[in-house]
Amino acid sequence: MAVQRKSNMHIIDGNQSAAIAAKMSRVQVVAAYPITPQTPLTEQLSQFVEQGELKAEYVAVESEHSAMAVCTSASIVGARAFTGTSSHGLAYMHEMLHWAAGARLPIVLACVNRAIGAPWNVLNDQQDSISQRDTGWIQIYCRNNQEIMDTLIQAYRIAEQVYVPVMVCYDGYILSHTEMPVDVPDQADVDRYLPPYKPHTTLDPANPKNYNLVTLANPRIGVDGKLYHGYMELRYLLQEALQNSRETILQAGREFNEIFGRDYARMFWEDRSEDAEITIVAMGSLAMEAIVAADMLREEGLKVGVLGLRVFRPFPKSDVVQALRKSRLIVVFDKNISYGSEGATCSEIKSALYGTYINASIRNFIVGLGGRDVKARELAEATKKAIASLKETVINPDYPEWICQI
Amino acid sequence: MGTRDCNHICDESSPGIGEAGRTGEWRTSLPVVDDTKCTASRLNKPTCFLCWLYCPEAVMTKAIPPTIDMEYCKGCGICAQVCPVQAITMLPEEKNIG
Repeated sequence: MAVQRKSNMHIIDGNQSAAIAAKMSRVQVVAAYPITPQTPLTEQLSQFVEQGELKAEYVAVESEHSAMAVCTSASIVGARAFTGTSSHGLAYMHEMLHWAAGARLPIVLACVNRAIGAPWNVLNDQQDSISQRDTGWIQIYCRNNQEIMDTLIQAYRIAEQVYVPVMVCYDGYILSHTEMPVDVPDQADVDRYLPPYKPHTTLDPANPKNYNLVTLANPRIGVDGKLYHGYMELRYLLQEALQNSRETILQAGREFNEIFGRDYARMFWEDRSEDAEITIVAMGSLAMEAIVAADMLREEGLKVGVLGLRVFRPFPKSDVVQALRKSRLIVVFDKNISYGSEGATCSEIKSALYGTYINASIRNFIVGLGGRDVKARELAEATKKAIASLKETVINPDYPEWICQI
Repeated sequence: MGTRDCNHICDESSPGIGEAGRTGEWRTSLPVVDDTKCTASRLNKPTCFLCWLYCPEAVMTKAIPPTIDMEYCKGCGICAQVCPVQAITMLPEEKNIG
């Protein structure tokens, strides 16, 4: 459906894009602690609050752990809560990330992807958010600043429907500090797209409730005589919510397109995939670089396509199988490493393909850790190296190759 | 799943006695009040009640003589410790031992 609306292009960086999106989502509580490269995001938001452009409570906390504690408290009493962080900050928040998901609070967090020490490094990779994979948050990765704007607005829509917090991840510096054209939506359109938050928890002195206190292993009878879930039933419901969130994510993307004219009704992006025999898989801004690499390889007559992962949790297994069904070689580039194993997205791809009729060879490359530049030419060369390796064996190696100087 | 229909997606309860289950089942020591020593009972006056004040489970009544709700008394022994006249003795709770 063609949408007739005037574009409102601004040349802004990724942090500004996220800050404007949070403002337009009418967040009511912002609790954040500055950390490179997220800092300009929090500075912009505190300025919006100070100038009266955003009617929100800005809580200047003393740590990221407290930031997420404030967000959970705000969310449980019905406020739309937002925070942003990076790297060590996200690691410090780890305990409360579990709490936010376990309490089923629709908080949105912008993770500006940065490497984790030791040694100290403030530059980009995705080890921080990948390390939080199992906290029960939905994770969506952005390729550019427009996607940051659009995804963050969609994130509230998704989170508040399925009651699962959403982490919007974008690469530090490559997106956070790089200016590019972004179509800023109209506030009226965002209001139309994003209804007010309806909490599933209530704070009512006339009807007092306890939330998330000691929960025993088995279901129990409450003081009201009703049966209440045990711990494991609640964990099952969180898993079920993520398993079933695909349709909500796609619908949020579809309806976003109807109002704003940009289509997000997809779990991942596909480029030149129609006839691809070789598929490059990458996530975040690297997926854009991969498109350039695929173009280079196409010029050499190789049928290369790109699968740019967007939603990492829930992982879209059956969609991935469908998209990769024609591939005979899958080359996965990871900006993270599960030490002693391989890149996290490579494991996901392998897991999705197991037991299907697809018997493609998979090659995994670890790239771009700690801000190491990843050039399209390097991705193309690695892909050609992977193609050549098929002559020796089609069996998948146990461990990934690293594009570095060792 | 048996509890699927309870509509709660996070842990929720109403504050009240027995919210965490019948905690009296946890008891390995049983408080026994000697009314001949208890100050309130001996004077037949609403006085002292330190056992009532300190009981962390609020199972001690402010009555003459004080009574204990054994459904929820965990047998922690704080009442016996705070009683200024040693009127409360902790005995082994035979049914919960061994």
